[in-house]
Amino acid sequence: MVGPGPGGGAALENANPLIYRRSGERPVTAREEDDELPDSIDDREIFGPRAPPHPGGAECRRASASESEVPAGTCLSSRLRGGRDRPCRPVNDAESTVAVEFTPTIPHCSMATLIGLSIKVKLIRSLPERFKLDVHITPGTHASEHAVNKQLADKERVAAALENSHLLEVVNQCLSARS
Amino acid sequence: MDSDLQSAKLDSLQTLTACCAIYGQKELQEFLPSLWSSLRREPLLQVFQTASEKVEAECLAALHALSACLSCSVLSSDTEDLLDSFLSSILQDCRHHLCEPDMKLVWPSAKLLQAAAGASLRTYHRVTSSVLPLLLEQYTKHPQSSQRRTILEMLLGFLELQQKWGHVEEDESTLLSLRAPVCSVVFSALTDPSVQLQLVGIRALTVLGSLQGFLSPSDLELVVDHLIRLALHEEDSQSSKAAMEAAGSLAPNYPKVFSGRMVPRLEEELQSEREGESPRDHRSLRQRCLQALAAVSIHTSIVRETVPVLLQHLRKVQKGSEAGNAQDMVSVCQSLHRVALQCQRDAEGCWYYHQTVVPCLLAMAVQAAMQESAHPLLGKALLKEEVLAAMVPVISAATTHLSPELAAQSVSHVVPLFLEGEVSFLPQNSFPCSFQPFEDGECLEAQRRLVVLLMAFVCSLPRDVAIPQQERLLRELLALSCSCNCPFTATTAAKCFAGLVNKHPAGQQLDEILQLAVNRMEPGLAEGPRRTQALTLLLWVTKALVLRYHPLSSWLTDKLLGLLGDTELGPAAADGFSLLMAESPDVLHKGCHADVRIMFRQRFFTDNIPKLVQGFHGAGPDVKANYLKGLSHVLNHLPKPVLVTELPTLLSLLLEALSCSDRVVQLSTLGCLQPLLLEAPQIMSLHVDTLVTKFLSLTSSPTMAVRIAALRCAHALTSLPTTVLLPYKARVIRALAKPLDDKKRLVRKEAVAARGEWFLLGSPGR
Repeated sequence: MVGPGPGGGAALENANPLIYRRSGERPVTAREEDDELPDSIDDREIFGPRAPPHPGGAECRRASASESEVPAGTCLSSRLRGGRDRPCRPVNDAESTVAVEFTPTIPHCSMATLIGLSIKVKLIRSLPERFKLDVHITPGTHASEHAVNKQLADKERVAAALENSHLLEVVNQCLSARS
Repeated sequence: MDSDLQSAKLDSLQTLTACCAIYGQKELQEFLPSLWSSLRREPLLQVFQTASEKVEAECLAALHALSACLSCSVLSSDTEDLLDSFLSSILQDCRHHLCEPDMKLVWPSAKLLQAAAGASLRTYHRVTSSVLPLLLEQYTKHPQSSQRRTILEMLLGFLELQQKWGHVEEDESTLLSLRAPVCSVVFSALTDPSVQLQLVGIRALTVLGSLQGFLSPSDLELVVDHLIRLALHEEDSQSSKAAMEAAGSLAPNYPKVFSGRMVPRLEEELQSEREGESPRDHRSLRQRCLQALAAVSIHTSIVRETVPVLLQHLRKVQKGSEAGNAQDMVSVCQSLHRVALQCQRDAEGCWYYHQTVVPCLLAMAVQAAMQESAHPLLGKALLKEEVLAAMVPVISAATTHLSPELAAQSVSHVVPLFLEGEVSFLPQNSFPCSFQPFEDGECLEAQRRLVVLLMAFVCSLPRDVAIPQQERLLRELLALSCSCNCPFTATTAAKCFAGLVNKHPAGQQLDEILQLAVNRMEPGLAEGPRRTQALTLLLWVTKALVLRYHPLSSWLTDKLLGLLGDTELGPAAADGFSLLMAESPDVLHKGCHADVRIMFRQRFFTDNIPKLVQGFHGAGPDVKANYLKGLSHVLNHLPKPVLVTELPTLLSLLLEALSCSDRVVQLSTLGCLQPLLLEAPQIMSLHVDTLVTKFLSLTSSPTMAVRIAALRCAHALTSLPTTVLLPYKARVIRALAKPLDDKKRLVRKEAVAARGEWFLLGSPGR
């Protein structure tokens, strides 16, 4: 875990959710303003515009996300992608699937489950019920990725986790961060 | 400063900054090394992203203050130069970070160095002489565009500091000695394929150009060439725009170079006919030339070069017969407008522009109208409504800032042109027939349309300019607005009439002309083929009088209110309330010197809302919507604090309006309610049940705009007290699941925002 936090509960305190400014509104197209023509749900709707390169380093550490969608900015140590290096598209409106991959930059980050949970909750709240959600850690980037992925894929465990008011509080805090 | 507590850090840093202003270097001397090691820690933490922005800012400020304090020392031969040793330790720690291949700590180091360098001229020279050559070297070493961008941005930070001290002194300056490599780096950025790097290069160019004495004449020529290339031929519109704006900032400093080199090149490109280029590309190149010409027209001497080019191009387009000429003419007018705005600040430029452009446009228009009269099938682009409308802001902007004397000169030409066909002041004034826009006759229809140009001029005059033959002009305009067959002309005449009446001095003459107007309006409104035209006249005259608190305005408003019940004119009358309240772009606004009394909207509201409400209650079912529409237009233009105070009396009416099936009424009402939810939650709480039900049902409206507005209201509902909302939480969340799958993205976006907020209601962590 980064920073001088003593770990455990206090680590949650230190990982103050950083607030991300939207790097730019998605410009509205003429088609989108037309009452009649339908718009399918696409990647940008979920993942938002690409972040500009962070001047402090070669890697873009602050994940970008549209404010109304996934709160990638919930953890300092993660990076979010729409699983672009996988053969399937991250968002498939016709088949009602969404796949979100996130990369904790610290391989032992204990926040991984929490981040994944927040992403999952945000997707649940923001997408129509017909969508199947797949949230997982980018392969090879975390020590316990198998266990975390399993938890995130289990609907009942997710529901049970959200019954925990303390956990729900942290998740809501992450999701209600504004710029 | 080494504490873990952020507040302790902040306090200590601010204290240090304050101390530096008071204590001298003697007191600080023994603490310098430890101060530096504490100060540098916070920014360098940035790599782990645990740095707090506030603390970092305070560190940099403290460093700046410390350096400034040390700079005030007096050197003597035997004492140590504290500043020098302090800066040496900073440089030593920071320099090598700038050279790291992975560039992890470049930004924090650069910020620290810039904080120290910005403190005084001495620190600036010391730091830059060490850092600038290093950065220039690094630029060459790193070939990747993203890395080069970072390096150039850091370089730019130092260059910007130089601006503080204005000119560059020969003997001391590192910058001047590095001119060649700096320019070479900047020029290389401008030719890089990466747009982001180009943009930083352009910014650097602007900074270098602002340093007096830095760029040599041959450098300047290269600068102009690069800017032209980027503005006209660079594919990315961001770079193109940035280059144009940069030309605009640099031109005032080097007017001769820009007018001598850039303008002729732009003119050449504008006129060139290229073989094998698609018409679309050619048009976009022309548009860019026009935009660039406008952007660079900042200095009067440059304006004298560019305006003739623009007018020449307009004439050329006018003569051509390509399709899409109208769009080309509109583009030229847009550029002319921009130049007009830029000329307004300088009296000489303003008069030059007015004298050159206005007669030219009028001449072209008159010529075109006369040709139209003779050969009606030719269909000149210039006479199209959109082109004439594009000319209006040009003439208006050229007129509003004239001094009263010069304006009087100009008006003594323009009014006789329209009233008597007096064309002698126009350039190229040999015309085939006479100009009589106010006469009747089928063949004069094109000429009549030019009244819009008269409107643009005469309604923009400063208020104390006397208009020759004003009474006659008013009568002619009145007649034209009532009798003309063309809606465009009739409306323009009405607007012109209104614009003049608004500024007319009070007294018998004004009363007479107003009586005349009323006498023509009333029968026109009652029945006949021209009811809509009469309504248009009524609306504009009412607006003119409402703005200046003229007593006749209440009689006229009552007339309008009466029309809300009229089956034919009701809806148009309702929309007319928007016209009365909204800001009009061309006439009757403050910018064109109209008589606009303060709080006229509030006054209108107070005087007329009771009548609107009363009318609504008494109205038959098919016209009730008109009253609601009128009401919501008035409410939408009121300042929010006023709206909130009036709310209780109006709320039940607004809620009723939500059930109205008219889409415009729904939209209007939703637009009204949303800010009220945010600003008067307590009052709105009383009606939460109705509001929830209505909003949710409107999220299924067939009209996208209504769905969006309803969702925004549902979102705004969350400002109400949680205890009031909790009983509705589950129902609302369930109902909002449907619009998540709306076929329109913009609707989905609002649904996500609203639903997310409702989830957080009453939850821990909100």
